[in-house]
Amino acid sequence: MKRPVVIKERVWVLRDEQGMAIDDIDTDQIYHNAHLAITELEKMGQFALGNLPGWEDFPQKAKPGDILIVGRNFGAGSSRQQAVDCFRSLGIALIIGESFGAIYKRNAVNSGFPLLICPGIISQPGKIDSGNILEVNLSAGEVYNHTTGKKIEGGERFSQVQMDVYQAGNLFEYEKTILT
Amino acid sequence: MGKTIVEKIIARHCREEVTPGKVVWVDIDLRTARDFGGANVVENFRRNYPEDRVADAAKTFFTFDCVVPANNIPYANNQQICRDFAQQQGIKVSDVDQGIGSHILIDKGLCLPGYIAVGTDSHLNLLGALGALGQGMGDVDIAFAFRTGKTWFEVPETIKVVVKGKLFPPLSPKDLTLAILKRLGSKGALGKSIEFYGEAMDSLGLDGRITLASMVTEMGGIAGFITPNQEVLDYCRARSGREKIEAVVADPDAHYCQTIEIDIAGLKPQISLPYQPSKVVDVEEAKGERVNSIFLGSCTNGRWEDFKVVASILKGRRVYEGVMFKAVPSTREVYGRLLKEGLSEALFDAGVILTSSGCGGCASGQVGMTGEGEVQLSTGNRNFKGKQGAGRTFLVSPATAAVSALNGKITSPDKV
Ligand code: SF4
Repeated sequence: MKRPVVIKERVWVLRDEQGMAIDDIDTDQIYHNAHLAITELEKMGQFALGNLPGWEDFPQKAKPGDILIVGRNFGAGSSRQQAVDCFRSLGIALIIGESFGAIYKRNAVNSGFPLLICPGIISQPGKIDSGNILEVNLSAGEVYNHTTGKKIEGGERFSQVQMDVYQAGNLFEYEKTILT
Repeated sequence: MGKTIVEKIIARHCREEVTPGKVVWVDIDLRTARDFGGANVVENFRRNYPEDRVADAAKTFFTFDCVVPANNIPYANNQQICRDFAQQQGIKVSDVDQGIGSHILIDKGLCLPGYIAVGTDSHLNLLGALGALGQGMGDVDIAFAFRTGKTWFEVPETIKVVVKGKLFPPLSPKDLTLAILKRLGSKGALGKSIEFYGEAMDSLGLDGRITLASMVTEMGGIAGFITPNQEVLDYCRARSGREKIEAVVADPDAHYCQTIEIDIAGLKPQISLPYQPSKVVDVEEAKGERVNSIFLGSCTNGRWEDFKVVASILKGRRVYEGVMFKAVPSTREVYGRLLKEGLSEALFDAGVILTSSGCGGCASGQVGMTGEGEVQLSTGNRNFKGKQGAGRTFLVSPATAAVSALNGKITSPDKV
């Protein structure tokens, strides 16, 4: 079954109270180490962003299908898969960020969770706000803001591995398609 | 064109041409899972490969270090899940008494220069201290590596960092590391590899190399390499029992995406302010702040050399009244040496709380969390908000931790 290459949904933009992009959000802020012993996906969503000031209520606000927009170096820190899985648990459709921690990016790619890089999307003013409707083409790296009627430049297209694993579902399913 | 160290290491492990930006599949020499993430690895493995064996049990390890011995039931359960799986599969477990997994790989001669090792530890890249590629990964990645012995890598670009000048006491490898982190910042090496060169590098011992390589994670980097010197090669020979060990060396015409020169002449002891490892200033700028607790340890500064420095400063003295000084050797080997060579006695007499080995205060507060308003100096690598409790954590060298403990306030070791 093919998974969608175009995603059109409502966005949440991770800004602080002053309206600035929050950079360097680490995995403890995304999914605190107090909940690491949990292994069931369904139980992880309630803790998403639970240690990020101003965003503790994200699990209640977010709806399945929503898109999350983040700043630079999102997911810095530890290797915990839960920091990706908590968003999968909530049904978040996609995370778009200016850049990501290297391990975080791997974890997202391997679990087939779409994650798109788009420098400037949040730090440059006027491009996007919470509640906007965004249309994103993952294979072309195109980002279009329906609310403002403007295209947002700078989106990076999925790499081949990223698209293949995404389409297969996750790394394990992908393995069945390519490795002996 | 010539190749950088990371390009060469990856090229040795795959059957494709290696260039930065390209995604290639590699064969892995070592794969590990800790008590942190380990149970999720097992669950992923069992769910996806219910009937299967791991690719090669002799190259696969569990290394418990996060919460050792377990102080809560979920961790205890997770460790037991790993032990059961290990027994079924014939995998060796480095159990709760052994210490930090990445250090075990080095000290037991399991990881050697040029190897690729992956594990559920985001500081596994400290194997760059040996000129090996270590990579922290999540549990999906590691379950896959357990089963297949393979993983994919996006070949990173390489930054060349050249340090000019020498490191004189009381400056330590940690001060050098923090100075480099200050220059690069938390995103300076995002997704990239680093090679470190210069006189100060050549003279770093293995322990100092581990300190530097471990904090490449905080620079956003994939891994940082210091070309092994004779001391490191000899160590690997002695520990592995293998005669022929060669360093992977960058080609003279290797391509670097960036070259950064850092002059350390006049460098002062360095400190990271809460809550960002890269918020680095001279210790002098933070001096005088009262200190409630100290954590000596972690994969960055929990080795013999680190304890030796601290013991030499504390010997015959007592830490300031009311300061809790928690000391956790990185491995059982270091712990044993402290006991046998009398350093533990000096530490004890100075008022230090010495515990058995592991990640200790770095992980989830195994030797105690900080309370609201508490000021902690840690020799670890991270001071993110909430990571070690509700207090404020500063990152320092072992020497700065020790002199500050004696004074009860943040003190630069070059001022005593
Ligand atoms: S000491 Fe800290 S950073 Fe190092 S491996 Fe343990 S938990 Fe991770």
